[in-house]
Amino acid sequence: MQPARKRRIRLVAALSAAVMLAVALVYTSISASSEAVTPSDLQTAQAGVSYQLTGKVQHGSVRTTSDGVRFRVRDRDGTASVPVSYTGAVPDPFRQGREVIVTVRKKGATFVGERNSLVTKCPSKFTEDATKSQQKS
Amino acid sequence: MATVGRALLILSLVVAGYGIFASLYGVRRGRPEWVVSGRRAVYAIAALCTGAFAILEIAFLRSDFTFATVASHSSTTTPAFYKAAAAWSSQEGSLMLWLWLLSMWSSLVLYLTRKQLRRVAPYATAVLLGFAAFFAALLVFLETPFGLSAGIVAEGNGLNPLLRHPSMMIHPPMLYSGYTLFAIPFAFAIGALVTRQVGAADWIRSTRRFALAAWFFLGIGILLGARWSYSELGWGGYWAWDPVENASLLPWLTGTAFIHSIMIQEKRGMLKIWNISLVLATGILSILGTFLVRSGVLDSIHAFGASTLGIPFVIFIGILIAASIGLVVWRREALRSENRLDSLLSREAIFLMNNLVLVAMAFVVFWGTFWPLIAEALTGSRRALGPPWFDRYLVPLTLVLVLLSGIGPVIAWRKATASNARRNFALPAVAALVLGAALVALGVGDRPAALAMFVCGAFVVVSVGQEFWRGIGVRRAMTGERAPGALVSLVARNRRRYGGYLVHVGMAVLFVGVAASTAFNDARDVRMSPGQSTKVGGYVFTYVKPTSRITATKDGSLEKISFGSVVQVRQDGKLVTTLRPERSYFESRDTSLGPVGRFFEGEATSEIGLKAGMRRDLWAAMTPDKAALAPQIAQGDKVFGAVSGKLPPKVEAGLLAEALRGLARRYVADPPVATFRLITSPLVTWIWLGAIIVFLGGLIAMWPGERDALRRRAQARYAARVAQDLGRAPRGATTVAAGSSEARS
Repeated sequence: MQPARKRRIRLVAALSAAVMLAVALVYTSISASSEAVTPSDLQTAQAGVSYQLTGKVQHGSVRTTSDGVRFRVRDRDGTASVPVSYTGAVPDPFRQGREVIVTVRKKGATFVGERNSLVTKCPSKFTEDATKSQQKS
Repeated sequence: MATVGRALLILSLVVAGYGIFASLYGVRRGRPEWVVSGRRAVYAIAALCTGAFAILEIAFLRSDFTFATVASHSSTTTPAFYKAAAAWSSQEGSLMLWLWLLSMWSSLVLYLTRKQLRRVAPYATAVLLGFAAFFAALLVFLETPFGLSAGIVAEGNGLNPLLRHPSMMIHPPMLYSGYTLFAIPFAFAIGALVTRQVGAADWIRSTRRFALAAWFFLGIGILLGARWSYSELGWGGYWAWDPVENASLLPWLTGTAFIHSIMIQEKRGMLKIWNISLVLATGILSILGTFLVRSGVLDSIHAFGASTLGIPFVIFIGILIAASIGLVVWRREALRSENRLDSLLSREAIFLMNNLVLVAMAFVVFWGTFWPLIAEALTGSRRALGPPWFDRYLVPLTLVLVLLSGIGPVIAWRKATASNARRNFALPAVAALVLGAALVALGVGDRPAALAMFVCGAFVVVSVGQEFWRGIGVRRAMTGERAPGALVSLVARNRRRYGGYLVHVGMAVLFVGVAASTAFNDARDVRMSPGQSTKVGGYVFTYVKPTSRITATKDGSLEKISFGSVVQVRQDGKLVTTLRPERSYFESRDTSLGPVGRFFEGEATSEIGLKAGMRRDLWAAMTPDKAALAPQIAQGDKVFGAVSGKLPPKVEAGLLAEALRGLARRYVADPPVATFRLITSPLVTWIWLGAIIVFLGGLIAMWPGERDALRRRAQARYAARVAQDLGRAPRGATTVAAGSSEARS
């Protein structure tokens, strides 16, 4: 076989493989991913569908249960909130007012958190409203 | 002092601008004195940034709350060790660290290459100064570490308790050293492209050690982060495919690919476009990593983000990508390979496959990390991918990578013959298959991915071990040394090669640890009262009794209150170990909370109970049910709220301490139920052990040998002689003799 033809065949084979892999990647990404939503997006949530919920733990909403914790997640900059029931140990930084990301599915009126999916943002800034300094530079 | 610090940063920005101009003007107009001036601008920025960084550090160590960043990230009660580290816990402090490290590493490389690479170095200087100018501009205009507090601040917020871990001192500087060091090969690659020197080995040789150092430091940073997560965060894992973790992994993967493929360019003059693309991609991914961490563009467990930095970073990265692609296309003629691949059974082919796997891994990580943004662009809604998606692709790719790391070091260059393959691979293959059969017999076969990793790991260890054995044998035959001495001299005489082999062994050990701890770990979240037991992974965990303690700072004020437990672990009735996990609560600075309740609404950290071993780790974290203490806390708030301000502060503090001690005693006397996370996980220690081997190997590979210096001197002498013979060295012959390599080209 001529070298030029051989190279062309190799190129076509490599490109075909790359296209197939890319299609597989896109397909699995769409099928395996959860929609990233805020509490206000969940007002029209469908039962059984997985969502990645992001928001803040509402003040005064955290209740310890026999197998985990119940709390409400509210919008970062809004008032809409949804109840979340989570089974298992919560991360260290978890507390009211903290920003959390949790994969949930609607069950009745509550959103049930997927086990081990709750992450609480680890703040690098230990700022509290009462003493927060303002820069005037 | 804040004004001085800010002035130093402004001066750095001005000097960077001047240095870019001087370097480019000097090289374009053939004015070496301007080129030298441009290089000295880098040294000057290093000095200015050292001054600025020292001012910031001193402010932290002295708890100078006139600095807004000190007031929000440190306090008088923060231990001195953590005061020093608190400087980079803030956005502005970490950017300052980035700039300082960049200026130091840039100065080092430009000093070491000051008599070499005379055409490439000025452009590299301009690029490095471009990086410095960008970060200096961020620090001057957007995120200044020298902003002043509004009014008088008596006490700062303190360093977040979660960050009070020894890793805080090392982990960020290591990561940033890795990121900034990768800027060096990037800058020299740009210089080589502009000057059409891209095929020459000089710039590669000069920056290779910096690429290795970048890989080394970034790797240490990543591993320290994993260890920190495992031992501090109370979830028992070491990797979560979080965007910020992924951001550090991306340049490490492409950097690893580059470190391998560059050998093919050196040996055979092949893969030039591939190599230059890898260098450029690695440099850009390092900036992208910093952007991801600092911009908050993706949801991450790490909430460092501040959106003000997003747009400048996107513009900067856009410029870097456009310039890189443009230069590679522009210089594609100079990037043609000098040789072709002779056989798929050759070291070049294995290195190429290793590169493809590493780049595929980087692509998968990139895709998964940025999928929320890609999905938003495609579908209009953000979607996120979890760890199972990453595992689906990366587990098989890692298996192939580990296998290749056992083949690459021993297969012949150009073309391996059947006898060569038999000689090198018979023993490792047999050993791996025997181990595989034994593990199947032991019941490991139901976890095929883990079994495959054990087999591949064994193959690598035996393959590399065999290579060491043969090398030692040859040395002993030649010199009559004893085996240990022969091993030392073997490694010392070819540090890069044997250092690399050790890295491969370390990676195999590390991935065996990852495979075992992922496939065979047993974790349970369980609520227990004292006296109750639960079984996890063949071990019985018994909550024996509660504990509590109050910790005071050096000045006597309360630092934290800790509720813990004594947990005994037994196997077959025999006591294996006693774990003492506890949860510590730090006082909130929110004055709207009650004086007692404030101690339970602040940050909380887990001190895990861990019995680490070569075979298995036993891990425990606990969270007490604070709700049971709520009536006492509310009562305390009521009492102290009523007397607040009516008693002398010392008396009030004493009473508060006594009240908290009472709560702690009550917790022990009448312990509420607690939630435990209990984990038994095999071979986790192998991960850290593998990492140590990897870094030991990296250190050996990086360490300059006597032969390097001898070779450089011999090459320089030869270059000077050739130049003189050709009558092309009318001036600076001594300079050339001292090391110019471009005279040869």
